[in-house]
Amino acid sequence: MTELAATDPLPKPKRDIAPILLPIALALVTIPLIGSPSTWLTLTAASLAMGMMIFIMASGLTLVFGLMDVLNFGHGAFIAVGAYVATLVFAPFAASIQADSLWINLAVLAPAALLSMAVSGALGLIVERVLILPVYGQHLKQILMTTGGLIVAEQTLYALWGPQIIPTPLPTSLRGSFILGDVAIAKYRVLATLIGLAVFVAIQLVLNRTKLGLLIRAGVENREMVEALGYRIRRLFLGVFMTGSALAGLGGVMWALYREQVHASMSDELTVLIFVVVIIGGLGSIGGCFIGAILVAMVANYGGFLVPKLALVSNILLMVAILMWRPRGLYAVTSR
Amino acid sequence: MTDLLKLSGVHTHIGRYHILQGIDLAVPQGQTTMLLGRNGAGKTTTLRTIMGLWQASSGEISLAGQRIESRATPDIARLGVGYVPESMAVFSDLTVKENLVLAARDGPLDDTQLEWIFGFFPALRRFWLSRAGSLSGGQKQMLSIARAIIEPRKLLLIDEPTKGLAPAIVMALIECLKEIKRKGATILLVEQNFFAARELGDHVLVMDNGTIVHRGEMAALASDVPLQERLLGLSLEAHQ
Repeated sequence: MTELAATDPLPKPKRDIAPILLPIALALVTIPLIGSPSTWLTLTAASLAMGMMIFIMASGLTLVFGLMDVLNFGHGAFIAVGAYVATLVFAPFAASIQADSLWINLAVLAPAALLSMAVSGALGLIVERVLILPVYGQHLKQILMTTGGLIVAEQTLYALWGPQIIPTPLPTSLRGSFILGDVAIAKYRVLATLIGLAVFVAIQLVLNRTKLGLLIRAGVENREMVEALGYRIRRLFLGVFMTGSALAGLGGVMWALYREQVHASMSDELTVLIFVVVIIGGLGSIGGCFIGAILVAMVANYGGFLVPKLALVSNILLMVAILMWRPRGLYAVTSR
Repeated sequence: MTDLLKLSGVHTHIGRYHILQGIDLAVPQGQTTMLLGRNGAGKTTTLRTIMGLWQASSGEISLAGQRIESRATPDIARLGVGYVPESMAVFSDLTVKENLVLAARDGPLDDTQLEWIFGFFPALRRFWLSRAGSLSGGQKQMLSIARAIIEPRKLLLIDEPTKGLAPAIVMALIECLKEIKRKGATILLVEQNFFAARELGDHVLVMDNGTIVHRGEMAALASDVPLQERLLGLSLEAHQ
């Protein structure tokens, strides 16, 4: 039974800012625990950079989860493929990467990132058509198919590039740190943070200011009704899947430069982190994914510094705590 | 009078359950046809099958002479079918405006049509930029109907629009649907509220166990209490 008549004024919808305050509170709480302000600032900058990279990799997966209800356990393959494709550009242009000029460095990095995104996006198209399409709506089969796809992708990378770790040194101009007093903030982390913020703003603009974005948000909530309004959501699914795969490829390049190495199983360590972020944020929520990524990175960095022995389980503990507070994640978009 | 929608021998299975068991019905152009029946009779399944949300296992469905039973839902919607589901299914994360922008598939919102809708549902103007999830049940129903009529549709499929609403809002909805009807819309309306059915219906189809067990004029059923009791288990008087 309805509680309000049509003409009654509505209670003002409250903005849910509690999740936004969470990383701020976590950062403030750790100041006295860490003790040294410069160490705290360094750890916070590291958390933001790591969080942004994880966000870039996870943002596509959360939309795929939310919009398509697809459990893609093979998302990590796009990350690894993106990283490996970048080495194809890095290798012949090693001299340009080691040049002192930022512009020459970027002239190699930008095409490498774009090529990685293009190849990962194209791989996403193939995966969606070949592996996902036959198993829409069947979660168990999705897990089997995408996990199988991940294994095939990893072994293909081993076959093509060999089992050795491939070094991906940072370009010369991105080495070193900005020194602010006694605080050192790595240049690459600043760049990673800026790229992550740019991706977040771009996704938010598309989702909130375009009809395509409206369709994606509506589709995350109720696919059936979007179809009943006359929109072919399968095409939207494919577009989102390819975009998510391309973003994972970009994240792979950034992570490879962050770690300064590439190996075929790099996706294994990241897949768990990414799933934790997607679950913490709430399936389908880009805002939740953004905050979740920062939280996961903060817990890894602050936790690793304060209680190193807890580092292995800290993210799982974080997920448990968040889900006990909000069982459907920080921002629940879907009812799943 | 031509029939805009025709179903012949339509069967629908959901999993192992045989829900629609040979439905034959016709919805005349420019008229409102009521689909009545007890809970579980198959009314919602009939609308969902027409809309392509559940595939008919056999039988024929035609809209304005075109076969649609094997078409996908978006294609059926694009033929000019508007659907208002029982759950209302407004996009709660989107504003009222954004819900209607999405529903206006073929271009920007038409101001004249919008003003016409605001005439019935002034609340939608007032909460234009509010999230649909924060609307009351009645307001969500108004938005759901507004979404279906924001562009001209050949056929409206409406599933229990008055369900769970306060009497004052039910009356407003009935007035709105009467006005839509006066503009010449063809409507297939599922309704449990017999009072609303009598106010709106030109024709009536009564379902039971997945088949049509009665078809005729709404006025005739409304005036025949024993028939109401036999078909629906309740008389019109019981709803007043």
